[in-house]
Amino acid sequence: MTVARPRPRQLAGRPELYTSYAQHLRLLNTTPKRRAVLALAVVAFALPFVYDDQTLRLLTLGFAAAIGAIGLNIVTGYAGQVTLGHAFFLAIGAYTAAALSGDPDGRTIGFGVSNVAVWLLAAGLVAAFFGVLVAPLATRLRGLYLAIVTLGLVFLGEHVFKEWEELTGGPGVGREGPVPVLFGNQLNAPGDMFTGEQKLYLLTLVLLVVFAVLARNLARSKVGRAFAAIRDRDVAASVIGVSLTHYKVLAFAASSFYAGCAGAMLYTITGFIEPGSFNLLLSVQYIAMVLIGGVGTVSGSIMGAMFITLLPRVTRELPGFAPFVSSDASAPLNVFQIETVLYGLLIIGFLLFEPRGLYGVWIRLRNYWKSWPFSY
Amino acid sequence: MIELLRSVASGLGAGSAYALLALGFVIIYKATRVISFAQPAFMLAGAVLVSYLVGLVGFAGAVLLGVAGAALLGLGVERAVVRPMVGRPVFVVAIITLGIDIALRVVVNGFIGRDVRQIGDPWGLQRVEVLGVPVQQRHIATILTTAAVIAVLFLFFKYSRLGLAMRAASFDQETALAQGISVGAVFALSWAIAGGLAGVAGVFVATGAGIDQQMWIVALKALPAIILGGLDSLGGAVVGGLTIGVVESLVSAYQSDFAPWLGQNFSVVSPYVVMLLILLVRPYGLFGTREVERV
Repeated sequence: MTVARPRPRQLAGRPELYTSYAQHLRLLNTTPKRRAVLALAVVAFALPFVYDDQTLRLLTLGFAAAIGAIGLNIVTGYAGQVTLGHAFFLAIGAYTAAALSGDPDGRTIGFGVSNVAVWLLAAGLVAAFFGVLVAPLATRLRGLYLAIVTLGLVFLGEHVFKEWEELTGGPGVGREGPVPVLFGNQLNAPGDMFTGEQKLYLLTLVLLVVFAVLARNLARSKVGRAFAAIRDRDVAASVIGVSLTHYKVLAFAASSFYAGCAGAMLYTITGFIEPGSFNLLLSVQYIAMVLIGGVGTVSGSIMGAMFITLLPRVTRELPGFAPFVSSDASAPLNVFQIETVLYGLLIIGFLLFEPRGLYGVWIRLRNYWKSWPFSY
Repeated sequence: MIELLRSVASGLGAGSAYALLALGFVIIYKATRVISFAQPAFMLAGAVLVSYLVGLVGFAGAVLLGVAGAALLGLGVERAVVRPMVGRPVFVVAIITLGIDIALRVVVNGFIGRDVRQIGDPWGLQRVEVLGVPVQQRHIATILTTAAVIAVLFLFFKYSRLGLAMRAASFDQETALAQGISVGAVFALSWAIAGGLAGVAGVFVATGAGIDQQMWIVALKALPAIILGGLDSLGGAVVGGLTIGVVESLVSAYQSDFAPWLGQNFSVVSPYVVMLLILLVRPYGLFGTREVERV
């Protein structure tokens, strides 16, 4: 029987003084954090009424990518299992959702179930199922062996998606993305009050908040501590009674569930799926999001995903500032090349100079101002 | 029967190139415990360098210079990016090499352009009959070169002072340091050798079809090869590379007859299927050292 204890209160004016473990582990454990998150949420929900549809679409893509990045962070950042196979799970989610919601009489497989709640859940579950299938490999393999195997998974997946034309439409042709309908409201078409972009933005934002809170709760619970133990030393973890198989399977399942939902949302926003796009570069982009954002942090994943998603938008502006850069893909020095090089260089740069990623930059800034004007 | 032998021969030819690449992976792994995902870029860089030099100094000269260039590139990458990371988790270094690969390949792709670049090799797609089996000349050249390279490497590791130093450093870095071996030099040399091997492999992969922007994917087939042979076994890398080559060639010859439902180009991904099967049975490959687990 649990005894109901009064919730320990924080003392006024002593923000860093915790009087209980539960208090320390709380989701938003300081007042500034609570206020900042509230402010951020208000701003995020206000944005669709400020920005134009083009910008909203980009932000929405960023939110969807953030869900995927949080998923990768669960398995790689929290549980320490390096996987290059994230593109595969994104693809599973995207195709599950597209097939479920697709037109039954169309060119590609479709079942006409266009309810978002149904296909989003299905996308996550099918991806999680494949995650569970892959997980036994993770229990047998460690470190870089696992990275190579998941790399193989991406290649195998790419092959299947390119060949299975009934589902994917085949390379170069592709198929339309999932059709989002919620409460009888077609979300990607303009309605009476909102444009399609505004509706998708709000939906994805809500989903991101839900997934982010879930991930934080996972990380600060028993499961999260087991993940951290496995990441830091798996043999030691198993000695103190953490079941490696159980928790690795769990990590892969959770991560794939996130990836599946992210894949479904991403291609709802773009409206088109090309089977060749689920390649190694996509996996590397997600690795880059996690590394640039911050390994083992949810807020870092979101920052990293937004950063990587907005990066092309910034590089597209380059020709205006630097005339020697061309926006034509066939020119010797073009924005697409710079974009790809930047992925590589940013990964290297962050790992060399700021291994904690953007989250680390933020922590440094915060600590600097905390003690300002004293330097220590 | 002739058909079978022909595809085995062409598999051995392709597999020799994989073996060279796999040796590079294993040499870096033995020295630094890192899998370098930058090998595709080194391979591409070597081949592209050869295709530019071949008009100036002839094929043989271009190959020598190209391989030297790839080796220098490996050395430079080690010095600039990998050395500062000594002591950090291997996963981090591996991801860094992935970043290097992406960045380098974009630069190299700029030199390839949109069309296929010819490497100017003397073999083309001509065949000769060996014991009644038609074999492409370029495959014979690949097999012979690989055999020579492996022999030289073997002699180097077995008899030279540097080779001994490399073996010692891979066995136990601290003890090697205490004996006066410069472990830094061993790292540098390993990366240079791996870069050079990738360059040689690149030349032979580019014979026949030429260089295009998709050629780098070939280098990743060395990964199934090293997993098959065991990450830290040089002999395993050679066996793995040849096996992967033969499997791929056999699948491409027979799969359309026996299992057409697997789809076109299944042979391209068949190495990864082999890898998954091997790993389920033997997680440390055929010749790899089983890791001793300590807390």
